[in-house]
Amino acid sequence: MTYLIDRRLQGKNKSAINRERFLRRYKAQIKDAVARAVKGRSITDIDSGEKVSIPVKDISEPTFGHTRGGVWETVHPGNKEYIKGDRVNRPQGGGGGAGKGKAGNSEETTEDDFVFELSREEFMNYFFEDLELPNMVKTQLASTTEFKQHRAGFTVSGTPSNIHVLRSLRGALGRRIAVGGPSRRRLKEAEAELEALLKDLPEDHPEIQALRHEIHHLRTRILAIPFIDPFDLRYSNRVKIPKPANQAVMFSIMDVSGSMDEQKKDTAKRFFILLYLFLTRVYDKIEVVFIRHHTSAVEVNEQEFFNSRESGGTVVSSALHLLLKVIRERYAKGDWNVYVAQASDGDNWDSDSITCRELLTNNIMELVQYFAYVEITDGPAQNLWEEYTQVKDYHPHFAMQKIESPADIYPVFRELFKKQPK
Amino acid sequence: MSMDLTTPRPGRLPDQSEWTFELLEQVHKEIRRVAEGFKLDTYPNQLEVITAEQMMDAYTSVGMPVSYHHWSFGKHFLSTEKGYRRGQMGLAYEIVINSNPCIAYLMEENSLTMQALVIAHASYGHNSFFKGNYLFRTWTDADAIIDYMVFAKNYISDCERRYGVDAVEELLDSCHALQNYGVDRYKRPAKLSLAEEKARQKDREEYLQSQVNIIWRTLPRRDEAPAAQEIQRFPVEPQENLLYFIEKFAPLLEPWQREVVRIVRKIAQYFYPQRQTQVMNEGWATFWHYTILNQMYDEGLLSDGFMMEFLQSHTNVVYQPPVTSPYYNGINPYALGFAMMRDLRRISEEPTEEDRRWFPDIAGGDWQKTLDFAMRNFKDESFIAQYLSPKLIRDFHFFSVLDDDEDEKLLISAIHDDDGYRHIRHKLADQYNLGNREPNIQVYSVNTHSDRSLTLRHTQFQRRPLNQQTEEVLKHVARLWGFDVQLEAVDPKGNVVQRYEHHREKRQGR
Repeated sequence: MTYLIDRRLQGKNKSAINRERFLRRYKAQIKDAVARAVKGRSITDIDSGEKVSIPVKDISEPTFGHTRGGVWETVHPGNKEYIKGDRVNRPQGGGGGAGKGKAGNSEETTEDDFVFELSREEFMNYFFEDLELPNMVKTQLASTTEFKQHRAGFTVSGTPSNIHVLRSLRGALGRRIAVGGPSRRRLKEAEAELEALLKDLPEDHPEIQALRHEIHHLRTRILAIPFIDPFDLRYSNRVKIPKPANQAVMFSIMDVSGSMDEQKKDTAKRFFILLYLFLTRVYDKIEVVFIRHHTSAVEVNEQEFFNSRESGGTVVSSALHLLLKVIRERYAKGDWNVYVAQASDGDNWDSDSITCRELLTNNIMELVQYFAYVEITDGPAQNLWEEYTQVKDYHPHFAMQKIESPADIYPVFRELFKKQPK
Repeated sequence: MSMDLTTPRPGRLPDQSEWTFELLEQVHKEIRRVAEGFKLDTYPNQLEVITAEQMMDAYTSVGMPVSYHHWSFGKHFLSTEKGYRRGQMGLAYEIVINSNPCIAYLMEENSLTMQALVIAHASYGHNSFFKGNYLFRTWTDADAIIDYMVFAKNYISDCERRYGVDAVEELLDSCHALQNYGVDRYKRPAKLSLAEEKARQKDREEYLQSQVNIIWRTLPRRDEAPAAQEIQRFPVEPQENLLYFIEKFAPLLEPWQREVVRIVRKIAQYFYPQRQTQVMNEGWATFWHYTILNQMYDEGLLSDGFMMEFLQSHTNVVYQPPVTSPYYNGINPYALGFAMMRDLRRISEEPTEEDRRWFPDIAGGDWQKTLDFAMRNFKDESFIAQYLSPKLIRDFHFFSVLDDDEDEKLLISAIHDDDGYRHIRHKLADQYNLGNREPNIQVYSVNTHSDRSLTLRHTQFQRRPLNQQTEEVLKHVARLWGFDVQLEAVDPKGNVVQRYEHHREKRQGR
């Protein structure tokens, strides 16, 4: 009795749940690895999974076993040179050929890290677990797709309000020409025949009588063709097209005044990467606008944003003015979800900080979903910080945090974007 | 299908590497005929064609078609997957399950030749070994295992729902750490039977709990001095089966936890014979795929191309790198097992003078009877002790190395010469003695009168120390036991030479 069974179509991924259990168990280590991995990536290079490694000792499953020591006598194959009674040096490192009593589970085997691949999806999940986009209300609306009515030609059915008059009449005309064509043609012939006959024959000749009768009949028939028929009606066709409301723009504003050294810029960059990664989770389409400023602000590309060496004094409001201008010109409210992240060392021209506060409270805050300010400094709070604190009091979607060293980036980011109490 | 009109024999297999279900049927029919001709006695066969991914799934859940869920299987899967995707590692060609019917998996990527090899190897080699070898007959019940695994899976997922995934995972972690110590080595276990398990499971919960209560009821009240007879040792004899002891006597385990301990123990017990017969089992299966396919070739059923591919795979499997090779990783059980099985046939068919001296009982006898007897009645250790011939010791260039940590040098204690044969055979047999390979650790005593602490004893073998994971394992023991645990290493004279302790933190709950 034999059974030959094709199991190929039955489910694979029986291990999926075990894999998930594994990831779940090592969440903390995997998260660390994920955080480490992000450091080396550029803002746009985020679309992949990640290789993750965990120290073997963390995931080993301990069992009782022997280790080197005491007496071991082991048999090996492949002797070429030895004879009984030879005394040989112990191989270095305890491993090697001789005396390897318990290959496989002896602790002396080298312990490489346990390396495996996270899929992109898993990678992102770990990265953004427990995080939430602030001010979700609008996002929620956006994700219940909005539709836009679009014209799409004409249909033969619809509601009276959608009747397309021109098309309908044109159709009617066509129909009338088509339907009346043969009769009209015959009428013309009949009239010509009649005219010819009338030259030779008397008015009451039966042929003329018959023709006159036919002509009358044809005229009646042509007149009976309706001017417009339900068949002629054409309606404007409108289809719903999903409107790409699921889009966001992220403004990265960085202070590049003299005090912002390479290290601070690097810290800012990592912060912006995080924000970008995070936003791409929620939005189908995302644009990034880079604004750098010292005493004056300018919109630049990513390359310039992080690498240009130009620098000078500091007027933060210049960047905010530019921000406002760009939003108004290109990202009108309603279509775009606007996020702003600003990084600065907080050192601003004295009276300018007040201008900044006013700009934010009076103009900017109502246009944006969220405004996150990070102050990259290890010194005491500066006047900009003081002013921004006041903004925060009135606008819950304004957030600010200090970053002292690169190690703070992730925690600060988490703090800024943590799930908000409902 | 290529049509070769000059086939010398009806039933000859076409010379192609693609398999089809018709061809598999045809190959299997011929293999079965030849195997029956060699009097191989097997369970009915069930062949299942699966994909590489399914093979990985099967491979990583202890090779069973069903199993409960645990992160360690996921870990195994991830590393297998990584190796496989990068091409560092081929997948196992076959997985065969000691069940009735005997299930063998055929991977769809395999060529027709490989499928034939797998069918001969797994469905007739391993299958007949499972059915015939005394250890499997004694310790495993092929009729019940699949049902039992289903039961275990359902029971454990039920526990996860009721008590939470974390609680179950912790418990399984601890059980897994002790699974090699969850087997009865000498006492014949009751066979697995699902019907019985189910019927008695409820009773057992209650019964077990009452047993536990009886033991711990003997606790004296504080104001009473314990009577002399109450100080009697518990357990009276040391217990080798740690999981069994825990299942029966751990004071704080809840009934469902005892059942989970039991499940891990039962599965460990089921796999115990496989660990004891690796050389024999693989040797036997390899010998039979080799013999059966050669017979088919001799009968004109297989083409030369087929045979070349088969021999190449076969040769890879039985290759033994020498100790000096960078690929050397101990003795290849396929190589040793296959060589010994072939050698037994040789000794029966063409004995030399030496063979007649060493193996008077079998030299010149019926090779099939000799092999059958060997397969049925031995495990690796005794098989090698009984049948490793001087010729094989020479062929393998075996030598033994004595590594005594009190000596600064290693000593070559024997080589493949007249002086060394018996010594090497003896030492190699020892090497396969699970009793020597795994530390001998038993339950020694329980303090039933005060702190309920558990003492384990490691009886040292050749002064070998325990590994660095010992402390970690003790934590697991303590988690199961619920109270402090200590482990004493004892030298042959009975002196305690090393002591490990794990004090359980007092925690609420559990």
